[in-house]
Amino acid sequence: MPGPTTGKKVLMCGNEVIAKSAILAGCRFYAGYPITPQNELPAYMSRRMPEIGGVFIQAESELSAINMVFGASLRGVRAMTSSSSPGISLKQEGISYLAGCELPAVIVNMMRGGPGLGNIAPSQADYFQAVKGGGHGDYRTIVLAPAYLQEAIELTMLSFELADNYRMPVILLGDGILGQMMEPVEFPHPNRPSNNTKKDWILDGCKDRAPRIIRSLLLGEGELEEFNNKLQQKYLLIKSRETRCEILYGEDSRVMLVSYGTSARICKGAIEKLRQRGMKVGLVRPITLWPFPEKELLGLTKDVDSFLVVEMSCGQMIEDVKLSIECRKPVHFYGRSGGGVVLESEIMRAVEDIYA
Amino acid sequence: MRKIFSRPESMKDVPTHYCAGCGHGIVHRLICEVIDELGIREKTIGIAPVGCAVLAYDYWNFDVTEAAHGRVPAVATGIKRVAPENIVFGYQGDGDLAAIGTAEIIHAANRGENITIIFVNNSVYGMTGGQMAPTTILKQKTATTPNGRDKTMHGFPLKVCELLSSIEGVYYAERVSVHSPKNVLKARQAIKRGFQNQIDGLGFSIVEVLSQCPTYLGLSPVEAVRWIEDAMITQYPLKVFKEKK
Repeated sequence: MPGPTTGKKVLMCGNEVIAKSAILAGCRFYAGYPITPQNELPAYMSRRMPEIGGVFIQAESELSAINMVFGASLRGVRAMTSSSSPGISLKQEGISYLAGCELPAVIVNMMRGGPGLGNIAPSQADYFQAVKGGGHGDYRTIVLAPAYLQEAIELTMLSFELADNYRMPVILLGDGILGQMMEPVEFPHPNRPSNNTKKDWILDGCKDRAPRIIRSLLLGEGELEEFNNKLQQKYLLIKSRETRCEILYGEDSRVMLVSYGTSARICKGAIEKLRQRGMKVGLVRPITLWPFPEKELLGLTKDVDSFLVVEMSCGQMIEDVKLSIECRKPVHFYGRSGGGVVLESEIMRAVEDIYA
Repeated sequence: MRKIFSRPESMKDVPTHYCAGCGHGIVHRLICEVIDELGIREKTIGIAPVGCAVLAYDYWNFDVTEAAHGRVPAVATGIKRVAPENIVFGYQGDGDLAAIGTAEIIHAANRGENITIIFVNNSVYGMTGGQMAPTTILKQKTATTPNGRDKTMHGFPLKVCELLSSIEGVYYAERVSVHSPKNVLKARQAIKRGFQNQIDGLGFSIVEVLSQCPTYLGLSPVEAVRWIEDAMITQYPLKVFKEKK
């Protein structure tokens, strides 16, 4: 947890919780473009930023918003944008440039149904886009997936730390349910010490130092390959240090569910009911989708009979689960797509089918 | 002996990659002279575009960032809003500003961002091999208009200063040229005014600079400056389009 809390519970929707947490984490620049179901986030920022000396801009496009974030970030300010699926597709160019220029930024995606304009119902169908790169080129983004609003506070604040520490874009991946639902939450104390990393790479004018350049264009012979290899070293370090997941009933489960975010919450309800019937069922909930908890999953293959991946998509994270466990155990899938939400009863039925 | 002419401190002592007779080098230098003269080198942040001037950061001796194609005004907005104490300018070509970046330039202008945009209009895409630009004039032959720009197929040359001067947020819009010594001096004055406006907090300034691209006009450097005089200025008149009182 990021330090002591205020000790006071407040009821807020997920989008506002994330906005408030970002400000607590020192975010002082927000640019975004309206899109459902994340509109409470920019609305909150538009109220709060001017009060605390920060900047809020409603941009003319998603492209512009992410590039404004690029500008604020290279000047050394903690910066954020948010959107939902179609808007995140538009931001991919900017995310690739942020990765290539090694600039920190936090991007919130409150996923909705796709492809195309899709619908405005909750979805987890942007998993591939978030964890496999999304834009062009050899890069990664750290992807954090909260399942609870209290956890969203923690992960939003963490996302700014990680973005600064590793100088890269971090994606906070939620969905329409997480953004819209209200839960009682406790915020960390606003007067806690700030962890702001010293930034000796920003552009702030070349007074008393040599001029600096921020760029991703590397035309020299072998220059880009060398840079990309350096990025890969950074990504390896992140894999070893920053992988996070929750494992429930890891010690005795025969069927292990793998699920994240909203669908993981629903899995937990199903697991408790199945356990009451004596069925040994557990859950691996990746909190970082990249880096993915590969070792943790592989470690479970000794004792688990099979895995059941539950997603609000036609099956995306399942590919990483299969890669992680190296085909040592069967991997089953239950998912809903196009805004369909996985149901506790359907998860239970899927487990029963495997368990028999 | 007193030195009366030297390289501006804002300009690195390196050869540029520009073709013989290209106007970019002149515009780069004018910007550097103005930055030196105004004493703002140590607080300036420049933004290089995608296009021929993409390597501008190798020639400028102050902080410079690249921006994705067309996004210079958005990046400038982000920088200037969090650091009003810095002097932020964008350098854009005609493809960057008037094609792929039309949304960014119009809305940065409309917000009245206190930034300076130097817009180099040479009527053609240079870096990619001489394709039609939004500012290519009618009948001009390019790699993608082999029979000349035809209004029925390719539309009309986009007049950026005329367009932007209709936007309320714009403080200053002027079109100049660097095809002759007299015009270079005028261009210098306009660029200086563009920066001075920002220093004075007056708002959005754009200086459009007509510039010669002999390579993709298929002309010698001398013929290219003549072409600007004869063909381009008639399409793109040189004047102050807007200066708010």
